[in-house]
Amino acid sequence: MKKSLFDQGYLDEQFCQVEDLQDEASPNFVEEVVTLFLKDSGRLMSNIEQALEKYPRDFNRWDAYMQQLKGSCCSIGASRMKNECMSFRDSCGQGNVEGCMRAFQKVKREHAVLRQKLESYFQLLRQAGATGAATRSIK
Amino acid sequence: MSIGAAGAGGVVGGGEAPHVLAVDDSSVDRAVIAGILRSSQFRVTAVDSGKRALELLGSEPNVSMIITDYWMPEMTGYELLKKVKESSKLKKIPVVIMSSENVPTRISRCLEEGAEDFLLKPMRPSDVSRLFSRMLP
Repeated sequence: MKKSLFDQGYLDEQFCQVEDLQDEASPNFVEEVVTLFLKDSGRLMSNIEQALEKYPRDFNRWDAYMQQLKGSCCSIGASRMKNECMSFRDSCGQGNVEGCMRAFQKVKREHAVLRQKLESYFQLLRQAGATGAATRSIK
Repeated sequence: MSIGAAGAGGVVGGGEAPHVLAVDDSSVDRAVIAGILRSSQFRVTAVDSGKRALELLGSEPNVSMIITDYWMPEMTGYELLKKVKESSKLKKIPVVIMSSENVPTRISRCLEEGAEDFLLKPMRPSDVSRLFSRMLP
């Protein structure tokens, strides 16, 4: 499943860098970082959504919020979501309201898909871990 | 070690390893940076603002390096850098600035103000190795 996340472009090499930091001292590091990301990105997207409504054509504000979201995406290797964030920022730079709105919808979609895929991935890992422990105990 | 310990004001690790203060308003970036530093055997305190960083620096005498994000609300990394370099007590602590944007004027300004280095995010373990081999005893 992990390979498909990379092959389909949802994740990039930065995710591997994060995985490499997981060790015996921090056995759940990756899942903890991803949990932080999903929580933080949800909050940032909510801020952007409110800003799009409350501050019409405030491209500087919109861009500043999206820059934060893009930064989080880069940190965990959320590649497709990062690309949609960049499209949004391009539209801000062009003063293109419709472009921003379209791009934001794409950001939200990519976030939802990535959340679902990562949650499935960690569920599989947990099941594999439980199976491995059960197998070792049987032996 | 849990990531929570490296959250808004957490300490990771122990012993005599160099103590690095990481400053970033993003919880995700704090976690990743703390993870990289921990894996390089550094003692890490991660805080979420320049204000908290200065509070800690006032009470914790043995910080070997400060790594700070550039863009933070209320006090930017550049402003934190200036305050550190203006302080007779703190000015010898090396300060490294991080940013997700490659803006040459920003980089020059930080280096002129006394930053040891300017890293582009996302930070990687190889960045840490390079920095610390140069800066720390």
